[in-house]
Amino acid sequence: MKIKLNNLTIVTSSGLFKKNLLIEKGIIKQVSDKPIYAKFVDVAIDDKDLLVFPGFFDMHVHLREPGFEYREDIESGMKAAVNGGITGIACMANTNPVNDNAVITHFIKCRAEQTELPVSVYPVAAITKGLKGEQIVEMGDLKNAGAVAFSDDGSAVENSEILRRALEYAKSFDMPIICHSEEKSLSKDGQVNEGIISIKLGLKGIPRESEIIGIFRDITLAKLTKSRVHIAHVSTEEGVDLIRKAKRAGIYVTCETCPHYFHLTEEEVLGYNTFAKVNPPLRTYKDVLAIREGLRDGTIDVIASDHAPHHIDEKDIEFEKANFGMIGLETLLPLTLELVRQGVIDFKDLAEKLSRKPRQILGINPPVIKEGEEANLTIVDPNYKWVLTKESICSKSFNTPFLGKTMKGKAIYIIKGGQFFEINK
Amino acid sequence: MAEKIKWVHKDFISLDNLSKEEILYVLDVASSFEEVLKRDVKKVPTLRGKSVLTLFYEPSTRTRTSFEMAAKILSADTINVSVSTSSVSKGETLLDTIKNIEAMSVDVVVIRHSCSGVPEFLAKKTKASIINAGDGRHEHPTQALLDMLTIKAFKNTLQGLKIAIVGDILHSRVARSNLIGLKKLGNEVRFVGPATFIPECFKELGAEIYYSLEEGIYDADVVMVLRLQKERMGAGFYPSEREYARFFSINKKTMHYAKKDAIFMHPGPVNRGLEITSDVLNDKRCVVLNQVTKGVAVRMAVLYLLLTGGKSEN
Repeated sequence: MKIKLNNLTIVTSSGLFKKNLLIEKGIIKQVSDKPIYAKFVDVAIDDKDLLVFPGFFDMHVHLREPGFEYREDIESGMKAAVNGGITGIACMANTNPVNDNAVITHFIKCRAEQTELPVSVYPVAAITKGLKGEQIVEMGDLKNAGAVAFSDDGSAVENSEILRRALEYAKSFDMPIICHSEEKSLSKDGQVNEGIISIKLGLKGIPRESEIIGIFRDITLAKLTKSRVHIAHVSTEEGVDLIRKAKRAGIYVTCETCPHYFHLTEEEVLGYNTFAKVNPPLRTYKDVLAIREGLRDGTIDVIASDHAPHHIDEKDIEFEKANFGMIGLETLLPLTLELVRQGVIDFKDLAEKLSRKPRQILGINPPVIKEGEEANLTIVDPNYKWVLTKESICSKSFNTPFLGKTMKGKAIYIIKGGQFFEINK
Repeated sequence: MAEKIKWVHKDFISLDNLSKEEILYVLDVASSFEEVLKRDVKKVPTLRGKSVLTLFYEPSTRTRTSFEMAAKILSADTINVSVSTSSVSKGETLLDTIKNIEAMSVDVVVIRHSCSGVPEFLAKKTKASIINAGDGRHEHPTQALLDMLTIKAFKNTLQGLKIAIVGDILHSRVARSNLIGLKKLGNEVRFVGPATFIPECFKELGAEIYYSLEEGIYDADVVMVLRLQKERMGAGFYPSEREYARFFSINKKTMHYAKKDAIFMHPGPVNRGLEITSDVLNDKRCVVLNQVTKGVAVRMAVLYLLLTGGKSEN
């Protein structure tokens, strides 16, 4: 397979370049200022409106297999990733059985490889056995099996002593811990952000303090243990502030947020919209602004989707009984491009937060666009307008409040593993 | 009687989506039905051939009986589905239940559910008219209307009054509906009780907040006492019933903080001796049973408006 890309703009975390690329057998053969004249190529693209990024990475995905294949399976999740232009994903451990042992991690890796889709799947293993918060998993064994991080995502490790030991032990294997930061005694049975909306709807609120206290605890333990802590799905202004201060103080902490926390507010749940029910809950406008500022000034390292598929039967019910979560693999790119258009971040920040940084946090070599390197590229039409519909979604589930909304920007090709994939528009 | 207005709502879910004029209109229609309740033969043919189903997922005596009475007086056919004997206990989803009910061409479903938002959810899913008979801690609109009708009967007005609602505001759908309705009509609404029961956010909805019973009901025209909703509560909202009663109970002594001619209300059921004492309940200024009577008239009005759009001659 020989591919030439002429007149496209290359975007990486270090900047934008007008270069022409020749890719042969999966390797970047030529990076040149002049157009590539090679004849007999299998694919030739010449389009000055397209952007080439190092393949995108979503470090917060729920693939649901094993155990919840009616919501998503490894293959359908990977198809959703491809549709979103994402070439690497890290999948969370809250499957059934839980990914708390090497056998499950191995199973996930094997299933992903069998699909032959251009997506690398990196399992995140649990911190504690069965996500129960009691006994830490066999971290060394899991690392050998292919796990890239540990997380009890979906719930926090309540016992600080156990989290402390987990952080210390993970450090011995140079593995990061992804913290779902939540003080559960405050958020128990909560449905939506506590405030005027929870009062209006008569739903039990989740106070922002639940996340703030959680983040403070997790940062404090990161300082104590000098371990690598990554805070998942930050949603509050105070959470961003705490992380900013911690970074300034030299604590090794990174964090992510999700598109719904910088585009939506708690008002999205009015009318008991279960598609907008997510944990942490959608917050207020002031939080949206603070999240955007955190993205702009670099406090927030990564944008991840927290892709959480749920069957319609788990959403089209009483609000209080509906599951938390929304899908996001297929909207991660356009919703982040929207931030670029709004001037919050620029293209190279996008490449950093959607491609390089998440891999770096997880100890995965980021793709590099240089001669001799393996090609792992996503080609994007930033101006393509499309509507998110049930039919356009490759995930098995369609639980997203963005359903029916017009998106701008789409990944149209992936080049990875020596193959060229055209993504359906 | 207020000018007759066009009734456009398929469902009766919340006072939040009714205008001031619509609220007054329902109250006027209810007043006119009160006369029917005083007749020897309590039956009018208005809703003959219509069917009303009550679907209660929470225990209720007053509200359910009240709706059934209202429907029967208007000659509608009534069916009561009780949760313990229905398919719900076999694991049927709410959506399937309502679809099956709809398939039997039921005109109105009166629903009570412990989850906030269920009536609104069902209203979007069915052609039948949905009446909210209380959803979680969200709203109980017909209760608020019967409270208003009672207040109007005793105070001859429904604006400019000082109305104190005392007790477990947080878990009370009655408090929310009353706050919304009474504010729309131009009254001062005070929420009185320990801070655990009164989140500050209620100020944004127009409530005034008092943590002292004496200050909160001082000079009030109406004192509405709420039940401590133990079934909706986690631990730690108040230290003991003894202490709650000592500081927040309406009794012979505390009732004097209000205006001399204040009326005392309670949506029921009452925890006697806890939020309100027996001697207050026996006082002539206590209008709890008047509320129950007005309840039937209000529910007649709501059924009538939903099923006829207010067009049919009474």
